[in-house]
Amino acid sequence: MRSPVRLERRLEQPKWLNWVVPLASLVAALILGALVLWITGKNPFDVYQRIFERGFAGKRAFSGALEMATPLAFTGLCAAVAFRMGLVNIGGEGQFYMGAVGASYVGISLGGSPTGITIVLMCLGGMVFGSVYAAIVGVLRARFNTNEIITSLMMNYLAAIFLNYLIFNSKSFWRDPDSPQFPKGKTLNARADWNTYSIFGIDLPIAFLIAILAGSAVWVLYKRTRFGFEVGVLADSPKAARYAGIRTTSTIVIVMALSGALAGLGGAADVGNFRGLLDAKGIQMAGYGYTGIVVAALARRNPLVTVVVAIFIGGLTKAGYALQGPDFPSGLVGTLQGLILFSAVAGEILIKYRIRTTPRRSEVVA
Amino acid sequence: MTSEIAVKMTGIVKKFPGVIANDHVNLEIMAGEVHALLGENGAGKSTLSNILTGLYRQDVGTVEIGGKKVEFNSPRDALNAGIGMVHQHFRLVSTFTVAENVVLGESDSSLFMDQKAVATRVQELSDRYGLAVDPSARIWQLSVGEQQRVEILKVLYRGARILILDEPTAVLTPIETTELFKTLRVMVSEGRVVIFISHKLDEVMAVSDRVTVLRGGRTVGTVNTRETSTTDLASLMVGRSVEFNRVVRQTPADRERIVLDVSDLCAFDDRGRVAIESVSLSVSPGEIVGIAGVAGNGQRELAEVISGMRPITSGSITVDGESVQSGRARSAIAKGIAHVPEDRLHTGLAAGHSVEDNFALKNYRSMSRFRILQRQQIRNQSTHLIEHYDIKTPGSETPVRLLSGGNVQKVLLAREFSASPKVLIAASPTRGLDVGAIETVRERLVQAADSGVGVLLISEDLDEILSLADRILVMYEGRIVAEVEAAQADRARIGLTMGGITA
Ligand SMILES: Nc1ncnc2c1ncn2[C@@H]1O[C@H](COP(=O)(O)OP(=O)(O)OP(=O)(O)O)[C@@H](O)[C@H]1O
Ligand SMILES: [Mg+2]
Repeated sequence: MRSPVRLERRLEQPKWLNWVVPLASLVAALILGALVLWITGKNPFDVYQRIFERGFAGKRAFSGALEMATPLAFTGLCAAVAFRMGLVNIGGEGQFYMGAVGASYVGISLGGSPTGITIVLMCLGGMVFGSVYAAIVGVLRARFNTNEIITSLMMNYLAAIFLNYLIFNSKSFWRDPDSPQFPKGKTLNARADWNTYSIFGIDLPIAFLIAILAGSAVWVLYKRTRFGFEVGVLADSPKAARYAGIRTTSTIVIVMALSGALAGLGGAADVGNFRGLLDAKGIQMAGYGYTGIVVAALARRNPLVTVVVAIFIGGLTKAGYALQGPDFPSGLVGTLQGLILFSAVAGEILIKYRIRTTPRRSEVVA
Repeated sequence: MTSEIAVKMTGIVKKFPGVIANDHVNLEIMAGEVHALLGENGAGKSTLSNILTGLYRQDVGTVEIGGKKVEFNSPRDALNAGIGMVHQHFRLVSTFTVAENVVLGESDSSLFMDQKAVATRVQELSDRYGLAVDPSARIWQLSVGEQQRVEILKVLYRGARILILDEPTAVLTPIETTELFKTLRVMVSEGRVVIFISHKLDEVMAVSDRVTVLRGGRTVGTVNTRETSTTDLASLMVGRSVEFNRVVRQTPADRERIVLDVSDLCAFDDRGRVAIESVSLSVSPGEIVGIAGVAGNGQRELAEVISGMRPITSGSITVDGESVQSGRARSAIAKGIAHVPEDRLHTGLAAGHSVEDNFALKNYRSMSRFRILQRQQIRNQSTHLIEHYDIKTPGSETPVRLLSGGNVQKVLLAREFSASPKVLIAASPTRGLDVGAIETVRERLVQAADSGVGVLLISEDLDEILSLADRILVMYEGRIVAEVEAAQADRARIGLTMGGITA
């Protein structure tokens, strides 16, 4: 059977597609979402307006968006860094948990040192845990050519089990001994609290500044350094990389470790800047790691754009939580995010391919 | 030959950013002829055939097939109109059988194809056109020449009446080439049309009925093959008269010393079978050692092993007495080994990267300060090389994959020649180049040797080896089976040894 629609690889990729397509796919997702709302008997304009108001409009709403954007920026960077080399790291979720575990360990142990040092050491703790955890996936991929999508996904479940064990099923260092009835993490010493600056009435968490810094660092790394060059060649042609003497194995492991370090940094921010403890249930429910993939896809792997897109998705998510109630469908924001991911991936295909409908019958030579 | 016009392309214009690949090209092809398309690298031959096969769309101009105007939006449209192309780079699935590959992508094939019927039909076609190949064999078991036959069968199976072959003989042995020509003649005798792109003038003379010459994107003219000669064609292509000379060596090799010493080398191929068996050879400074042999007898693996891309299982490689670490390309590069691999676009170059990045592919480490790339330095190097090696590209930032076949090779050669190596391994360095460029490359190889570089020239083109090498080694089934001084070389004898016949 001949299908009426076909995809053809583009030989030439016009430059404007690079920003038109993501925007168009976003609009498409919103339209599809509106359709879903309309079918379920809601007024889409009304719902979208409320999302906008609660997510972005006004100082309080924007502060909320930034708060939600912070972890998403880190997990978005985590996905983007790996995507750049053609590695699909689904494991941002687990690496985020591990980062939170590492950072809270540091935070709890430090007790009362001044804030600046606490922040740096907690960040380091998160990065080390996240990167080691991700590097395992990298080693498996580089040495044994196992599929990183599957291994990193499995590692997410392992991390969740580990997290639950620490808080619910053991008397670990992380668990608060004063609350035996309701298992929860130890609250970090007050000095471990990270700063939140108020600028024109908008709350700007220090972790968000760190995210901007991290995004810029990744941008410089990939655009300007020798290492970035090597990653680019390896992504383009592994054979050419081998020919040029680029160390394939270690580059893959380093990229995965870097990717994990960024997710781990997100975990550290979650503990230090926001929750103040290792909140096993809370971070699992949030699912930042998975949402980060949406962020990176919509940002088309650009690290700076990733941070910006995180604000958008962050506001959306925040509004989803705030508006939850009888007249607001609870799964809506999740559905919207799914639609956005879907259309971003479709958009990616549109940049590489073009769609053709059934051809006009051409004349056949006799 | 009937005088019915099968294909008519009029006033075709195709612009790419920075270049006009086709500038009002006219092409008229009669039914039942082999029509050769000739032109320098970057003259626009591939672009023109890509338009005819619906891969590109022309900006201006019309295409008529059998007297009717057509518009193609995709290769499939072109195929429906009876036009099929055999690309220089094959698109076969190596684990599938010949028959499976033939029907693969066939629009009307059902999921459960009738294996037997297909095999019978493939066998029929293969008998009819002398395309000997076993329909049930798997692609990876086939030689390059056989794979090409599968590509041709694929196009014929789909009922193509107009076949375009883009540099088909570049990968064939002389015998395979002769067989291909027979096939082409059978096809045109049935009223089909063959468009034949090649840089080899004597082949064009041997197989074509008419020749259209392109230069700088324009049609220079169409001539009857019977009324022309290789020298005429060459001057039409280049726009001035070309002389074919054996390049003269200035400085003889320093046979007292040895720059590259390979002893008792063994290595596996990609499938883990023995590809090289106790190969020993040495190259003196200023010497050109030619390695002759039919493709697939271990030459590629030998080149990869010496350049550190493939680990050795035993033996040793030294440059000026210092040993090269097994399987470490960086060590080989550092010791002064330059390598022009056979597979340019995927091994020698990162095709999606810009021209300037590809120039820096091996020396980017030295073009950085505190691990930050010095972009300006990379740009300067690129500007210099583009000019010095006469590379036709819209700019330094153009991805290499968009350059014409010949210019792709020039980028690679420019980088390797300019690295001032001690040893240069060149695998089929002139394949796909036009006459002018071939002369330039040969001159540069000789210049390199004159300046003291030890050159290992691997080629299936025996004439090339005979005209350049000081000493010739013949490789067969992973071993060196013969060694002769070029002065005493006997073409026929070497030809036999290449086929495994040792007298
Ligand atoms: N997709 C593209 N984008 C930009 N430039 C292109 C593209 N394809 C071809 N060109 C340019 O058009 C010109 C003609 O290229 P073409 O591939 O048709 O040459 P050719 O005659 O086949 O040469 P060769 O013998 O080297 O293969 C070249 O300058 C090439 O760089
Ligand atoms: Mg070409």
